[in-house]
Amino acid sequence: MASRIINFTLNGREVEALARPMTTLQSLLRDQLGFTATKSGCRQGGCGSCTVLVNGEPMTSCLLPVEDIEGEAVTTLEGLSSPDGLHLVQQAFHEGFAAQCGYCTPGMIVVSKALLDHNPHPSREEIVAALTGNYCRCTGYEPILLAVEDAARRMNGREGA
Amino acid sequence: MSEETYQVVGRALLRRDGLGHVTGKTPFVDDIRFPDLLHLKMVRSPLPHARLKSVDFSQAEKVPGFVRALTHADVPKNMYTILCLIGIGPDEEPVLAVDEVFYKGEPIAAIVAESESAGMEAAAKVRLDMEELPAVLDVEEALKPGAPVIRPWGTNYFPYEGHPCRRVRFGDVEKGFAEADHIVESRYQTSPMEHAPSETTACIAKPEADGRFTVYTNTQALFFTLDNTALILQIPFNRLHFVGGTVGGGFGGKVDVIVEPLATLAAMKTGRPVKYKFTREEEMRVSSTRSAWRMSFKDGVMKDGRIVARKVTSYADSGAYNRHTPYAVTKHAANVAGPYAIPNVWIDAYCVYTNRQPASAMRGFGVTPASFAVEAQMDKIASVVGMDPWEIRFLNAYRNGDTKPHRKIVEDATLIEAMKAAAALTGHELPEHLLAMNSWDRGGSRHG
Repeated sequence: MASRIINFTLNGREVEALARPMTTLQSLLRDQLGFTATKSGCRQGGCGSCTVLVNGEPMTSCLLPVEDIEGEAVTTLEGLSSPDGLHLVQQAFHEGFAAQCGYCTPGMIVVSKALLDHNPHPSREEIVAALTGNYCRCTGYEPILLAVEDAARRMNGREGA
Repeated sequence: MSEETYQVVGRALLRRDGLGHVTGKTPFVDDIRFPDLLHLKMVRSPLPHARLKSVDFSQAEKVPGFVRALTHADVPKNMYTILCLIGIGPDEEPVLAVDEVFYKGEPIAAIVAESESAGMEAAAKVRLDMEELPAVLDVEEALKPGAPVIRPWGTNYFPYEGHPCRRVRFGDVEKGFAEADHIVESRYQTSPMEHAPSETTACIAKPEADGRFTVYTNTQALFFTLDNTALILQIPFNRLHFVGGTVGGGFGGKVDVIVEPLATLAAMKTGRPVKYKFTREEEMRVSSTRSAWRMSFKDGVMKDGRIVARKVTSYADSGAYNRHTPYAVTKHAANVAGPYAIPNVWIDAYCVYTNRQPASAMRGFGVTPASFAVEAQMDKIASVVGMDPWEIRFLNAYRNGDTKPHRKIVEDATLIEAMKAAAALTGHELPEHLLAMNSWDRGGSRHG
């Protein structure tokens, strides 16, 4: 089968990429476009380290054929921070020591961002439910959950309250 | 010291690598890119024990993108053992199998290819002619007469100074049993445990213009791995420059020397950078695990709760090769009496080989299974003598100045203090006579 040109938006910029059939979004991002913040822990949808946002919804990029993102808006961790600095979720993870080895962190952060975009006041249970597909073998879950709560406070303008 | 004076404990400090982690800029091995990168994929044994009669690459060579194969004949010093660097021998594990395989997943031949998918396809097309041999999969079965012997020195155990096990002898354990009011016996078994790091084991070896090789790796043991790689490749150490320190989860699972020697060899043979990265399946099924341990305890206990004798026989399942298990067994033998003052101790700890995936280091290796068994045993003893499980531990806890069974003097005992803190944190009220105890004197303890 022949390669196809895929057009989509990546972190706000138009991208035109040539992709072979069966190419995953993970492979396109990492191997062709060099966006390596999206990790590759299992390539079977089990670990969540490759999670990206497609039109704001978390998806495991290792299971997503690139044909399915034609015309869609993809956000990776690289798209979160701006020249002005870190996104509030990134700040909360950094200041809350919510990363150990760092390999699950990109997936954790983009899922948390999507959660807070949809639900600015999540309960602890809702945070746990949102992150249930993201594996942290260092077992640093507690600081991660605290960081998401902290990020919610910051985003709601109640920092330090 | 009150908690308010702590500068680190209980505070969230900024990590030096934290900004890289939260922005995705931390460079893990698999994030490093070279335009002429080759990929190494492994042909592995489908059987736990077999004679390897021939390896046929004729179909694999036809796969577009196939570059070359590597076999044991390409490896300058094919037989190695990781712990040769601390004097453990003899060499016993092949980098690539020669004429016999000893576990399912054992590496037989490496395929170097232009892409990962070409490498996988070519590896799948290598034809192996093998004759299955009887496998031994249980530590005690492996030690029985007539069991298939799988080690070149003629036994299925690691010899410790001429003995079949690591031995500790302290006091007179039989005399202790004769004096005891109760004998408490149990057998404990743990399972192999996979580290399952989020980032799989990987490296990239890149030939440089000056004849050296830069090896980007996620090993936990950078210089240990550099030294072993140089020994296996029979090159001077200064031809290798290892770059590492960023490890996407290790837990002991990235201490073995597995991917670097072959990736570097492939880079030497092709003149191009070569990546050897485990798939998730390889990480789970082939990378070493924590050993499975079988531990039999016989304790002599007095009515008042004092343990007067402990006899332990332990078997570590090392799998097919040494890796770090001979060392783990020594650590185990030094710790399996527990943090308790017991006057008579006998320990036989065996490092046993089976046709299983090799075991190796994992967080406190050798000691963690010992702690599980020791503490389960303490609860059992408490139940037999009708004492509170806290009290039995305070009573028997070793104090500074005590001699451990392997003749080390206790210098840093904190068991009593740690138990008091644990009780306070969990809201468990301890009686006054236990709160009065400490690790510096025996006052009130009946071992005095």
